[in-house]
Amino acid sequence: MEFSRRETLAMGLGAAVLTVLPFRVNAAAEDMIAEFTGGADLSDSGVELTAPEIAENGNTVPISVSAPGATAIMVLATGNPTPGVATFNFGPGAASQSASTRIRLAGTQDVVAVAKLADGSFAKASAAVKVTIGGCGG
Amino acid sequence: MISRRDFLQVSMAASALVGASGFGNWGRLAAQQSLTQDQLLEFDTFGNISIIHVTDIHAQLKPIYFREPSINLGVGANRGQVPHITGADFRKAYGIADGSPSAYALTYDDFSSLAKGYGRVGGLDRMSTVINAIRADRPDALLLDGGDTWHGSMTCYKTEGQDMVNVMNALKPDAMTFHWEFTLGSDRVNEIVEGLPFAALGQNIFDAEWDEPAELFKPYKFFDRGGAKVAVIGQAFPYMPIANPGWMFPEYSFGIRDENMQAMVDEVREAGADVVVCLSHNGFDVDKKMASVVTGIDVILSGHTHDALPEPVLVGKTHIIASGSNGKFVSRVDLDVRDGQMMGLKHKLIPIFSDVIAPDPVVTKLIDEQRAPYKAELEEVIGQTDSLLYRRGNFNGTWDDLICDALLSEREADIAMSPGVRWGPSLVPGDDITREDIWNVTSMSYGAAYRTEMTGEFIKVILEDVADNIFNPDPYYQQGGDMVRIGGMGYRIDITKPQGERITEMTLLKTGEAIDPAKSYVVAGWASVNEGTEGPQIWDVVENHIKKMGTVTVSPNNSVKVVGA
Repeated sequence: MEFSRRETLAMGLGAAVLTVLPFRVNAAAEDMIAEFTGGADLSDSGVELTAPEIAENGNTVPISVSAPGATAIMVLATGNPTPGVATFNFGPGAASQSASTRIRLAGTQDVVAVAKLADGSFAKASAAVKVTIGGCGG
Repeated sequence: MISRRDFLQVSMAASALVGASGFGNWGRLAAQQSLTQDQLLEFDTFGNISIIHVTDIHAQLKPIYFREPSINLGVGANRGQVPHITGADFRKAYGIADGSPSAYALTYDDFSSLAKGYGRVGGLDRMSTVINAIRADRPDALLLDGGDTWHGSMTCYKTEGQDMVNVMNALKPDAMTFHWEFTLGSDRVNEIVEGLPFAALGQNIFDAEWDEPAELFKPYKFFDRGGAKVAVIGQAFPYMPIANPGWMFPEYSFGIRDENMQAMVDEVREAGADVVVCLSHNGFDVDKKMASVVTGIDVILSGHTHDALPEPVLVGKTHIIASGSNGKFVSRVDLDVRDGQMMGLKHKLIPIFSDVIAPDPVVTKLIDEQRAPYKAELEEVIGQTDSLLYRRGNFNGTWDDLICDALLSEREADIAMSPGVRWGPSLVPGDDITREDIWNVTSMSYGAAYRTEMTGEFIKVILEDVADNIFNPDPYYQQGGDMVRIGGMGYRIDITKPQGERITEMTLLKTGEAIDPAKSYVVAGWASVNEGTEGPQIWDVVENHIKKMGTVTVSPNNSVKVVGA
């Protein structure tokens, strides 16, 4: 899917609201990954997660995920009280398997993306995002 | 690729001049007599392209003193690596004789006595002379400004950067990138940038709402020089909305965005760039990491962390050049670019000894015009100093000790906090302290001196947070300043520990008691990034304090115990 920026933003909001995983509130991120993958092994390559190293605003942190050929990508904020952020599902007609959204982070933590690839295997990417109270530069 | 021989051509202007003058060769001997402008500028023009790099001038139009740090610790892989060596270690690493012009320019020892001999450094009229001399050798030399130009003085504050814009325009830069400029507020930055007669670059300056490249700032620009196509890619300071008040420029987003940097490098290479230069305000360690992640950058002109290095640092095939701050240095970088690649590089870090380099009278006149409306205000003598006043150092500097004392006394606080910025010139013992000197170390668009209560627990959170912004072993998580300066409280820091475990033994100095996490303390500080911060301007607080003191004496500060250095 190629999105215009307006559609991407709309989709991001929609995805965050609609597909946020509401079950098992406060479930550990590992449990959610196990649920998504059925316990399958996770490869280190196949999914790309782009996130800032330091959040400019922890309340709205832009992230994007991409996994060529994937049928679904789950995004988790592992340190949030509710780690689930979104699961993006891609149909067979999707021209690209990527999505962007903004997420709220309660503090410094790892953001994780797990993709279900075309062959049914799973891949994981992780990015540490620091939420800081700020300070002073040179 | 560059050969070892080419690499050895790299040199610092002054290093060969005094030769074996030996230890203890202080005094006035060197400045006027043995050091000449021709020696400082001596350079066998090399290759087919010349680049002139200036950065982090912080609005210092006139010559100043600037003492380099005695403590500048590196962590992780950068522990003990340049630029994280100082003093005798630095001189040893670069073969610099004690007491030589290079020792004075690049290290801190005996600063007060060497300053009396070698005099002030910098001044944009002197810089202009150096730039003109390089352009005489190579008329199409590129002049690139690494940013932090429109901030740091009373005239810059009062004219909202216009004084610097006027003088820099006279030097005719070809491109610039940014940091403190944005603290003028986005409306003012936009207004200036729209009228700039040169390129405003930053591949990482994005529109905050759409997370797309900002239209006003281009990622790169091509220059045809010496028969080659030179691509200059800009890299603004990545952590502007975090280290500085984001509410002043809410339309903009930054970040390192190294994947976009790689895309831009690939794009300019695809478009026929023979050589790729990155004009960066990342800070040195961030630039080193970026050079290891992004392939295809030939030269990074590094700014932000105010390091001055007499030789480039090579990471993979990328040469990183660090050109100092406050107008103290100009770097000349000559490149030999043939057949679509860089075959060699020759570099010289030129210290701007203001008594040796003749000022460019055209620029002197222009500077005086900018200052004329404020002359009386600038020059008013507020007090004198018996001590060397300087800022650089990871944990404290005498200027900040004085500022913290002013906050404690004028604002009747238990504890004072002063930001760990790296700008601000020095004064030597015996100097008058003018109002201009005070503004040079305090001027900013968010200088309100707040007074508030904080619990001991919260003070620790702040210290841990700032410490991690400096001592996180991954450079991409470092913001490039120094530790917040603390008055009225001592502490111990283990820089090798993770966030939350570095700071211990917090002690209230006036009672000698341990800081109680549950107890509230009155804290005075300045430069809060929070919107709506109230209080008198810090320069007025400091001026009142110095007036009362008359002559300032700053005693040695041993209240921070550093472990793991």
